[in-house]
Amino acid sequence: MKKKSFLDKFLYSKKAAPYVFIAPFLVTFLVFFAYSIVSMVIMSFQKVAGGSAVFIGMDNYKILNNAVFIKSLKNSIFYTVVSCALMIPIPLIMAAMLNSRNMKGRAAFRSILFIPALTSVVVSGVVFRLMFGELEGSFMNELISLWGKGPFIWLRNPVTVWAALFMLCLWRWTGVNMMYYLSGLQQIPEDLYESASIDGATMMQKFRYITIPLIKPTTVYVLTISIFGGMAMFSESYMLFNGNKSPNNVGTTLVGMLYRMGFEQNNIGIASAIGVIFLLIVLVVNVVQLFVNGFFRKEK
Amino acid sequence: MKKSKGATVFLVIFFVIVAAVTLLPLVLLAVSSLRPGTELMRSGLNFNIDWKNINLDEYRMLFSGQNAYFTWYKNSLIITVVQVALALFFSACVGYGFAMYEFKGKSILFMNVLLVMMIPTEVILLPLYRLIIKMGLMNTMWGIILPYIVIPMLIFFFRQYLSGIPKDFLDAARVDGCSEYGIFIRIMIPLMKPAFAAMGIYQGMASWNNFLWPMVVTNSIDKITLPVGLQSLLSPYGNNYDLLISGSCFAIVPILILFICFQRYFIEGMTAGGVKG
Repeated sequence: MKKKSFLDKFLYSKKAAPYVFIAPFLVTFLVFFAYSIVSMVIMSFQKVAGGSAVFIGMDNYKILNNAVFIKSLKNSIFYTVVSCALMIPIPLIMAAMLNSRNMKGRAAFRSILFIPALTSVVVSGVVFRLMFGELEGSFMNELISLWGKGPFIWLRNPVTVWAALFMLCLWRWTGVNMMYYLSGLQQIPEDLYESASIDGATMMQKFRYITIPLIKPTTVYVLTISIFGGMAMFSESYMLFNGNKSPNNVGTTLVGMLYRMGFEQNNIGIASAIGVIFLLIVLVVNVVQLFVNGFFRKEK
Repeated sequence: MKKSKGATVFLVIFFVIVAAVTLLPLVLLAVSSLRPGTELMRSGLNFNIDWKNINLDEYRMLFSGQNAYFTWYKNSLIITVVQVALALFFSACVGYGFAMYEFKGKSILFMNVLLVMMIPTEVILLPLYRLIIKMGLMNTMWGIILPYIVIPMLIFFFRQYLSGIPKDFLDAARVDGCSEYGIFIRIMIPLMKPAFAAMGIYQGMASWNNFLWPMVVTNSIDKITLPVGLQSLLSPYGNNYDLLISGSCFAIVPILILFICFQRYFIEGMTAGGVKG
């Protein structure tokens, strides 16, 4: 019998194959992800200038006492908390309404509500920046003048800045979150609702005692992506203020601060420290999620 | 359960209002793209349309070739196509490896996939940028693409998708003398077409609309992508409203057409993560 060539052995080896298939992940993971994390942690203890880097201990982490940094952290947390508070109940209720047997034209409305998610943060940012412009004729000023108010300089006052940011968030993501909830709702067996109605449950009771508990996996997922999306928010603010600058830092976020230090002020060490702090926050959120929701439980 | 006419009327009216509010910013953008930029500069973006000033001048300017708009458009298009093709192929490989084989270190490796999926890329923005500089890829297409050729979200989806395919299928192919890679390329890839369509759209949108990373990696006017280019038109001094508004409008067109044609895949692709939660 002819001996199998090395190539043949390799091609037909069930032992080697999985590693070959996994290799692209392994390579990019090591080169881009692991390397970045390690070098970021190292740089966070260094003063990096030009080609040289000197260890300076914990000095970079003094940014934790910096008032602007604290403000940016608070901004990110506030944005995350409020956007979760908006982006879970509103899409859920809308999905339940859309899923109602009384609803007509479901597919059309679903598609229309999805359209904003197709626009980039730049295009939607341009539109919202101009809608919330300070001119008397800008759309939002025109709109509130119907109630005899304004005109406002929307993007200067903290309250109206947040209103604009949350409206942008609601506008872009309600349709997507609603879609998640719709696909979740369709997996809830219909007979649960039927037997509940036979027992005389009201619509509200059915929503409270059937829909909300059974939709929990979807809620966990939406919550997870909303938390990470919220904490990483930067481009929306960048677009509304046409740059990483906002009056009195009303719209400066954690990533905005990282960008300012690392890219605008070339303060690599401090930017790395902010990156590490951000990483720790993300990891803590993950661990909490893991415990509270059993997210990695084996799929049923 | 009986249907209630009153409820239907209420629901439909409610969603008509919601749909109108949803479309309003885009309609405003489309209408404004037909108005002169100077008028918008003066009066702001609104619906007070002066009908005698409505024309296609802004689009004429856009298509005149006297600006970099279509260079950006071309850059975005090339980057999107190349990145989606690579990400689909490599992520499908990895997802297939995880779905179909048992091997040493599998669960730890998969934990790493989940780890990368859980960490926003903004966290490593700076070290990744410095790495791209070291690799000499600054201001190049590959600098934008390379970090995104294997996408954890796609791996996860493909693995999920393939886990529904019975493994004896593979053994039958092996008996017929198919190599491990032959099985993947000749048997699995054709089976994965619907998954490729959903993920291609998901990744294509992410790539076409990506802003922060291309902004960081590129800096010359002929290398930037469409979103970065559009953002650069938003300057408080220059009179670029003509290009900005019509250009923003025209940036949505290809996606909107694809959406109308392939809605099912858009919805599948965008909600892929949520189904199994």
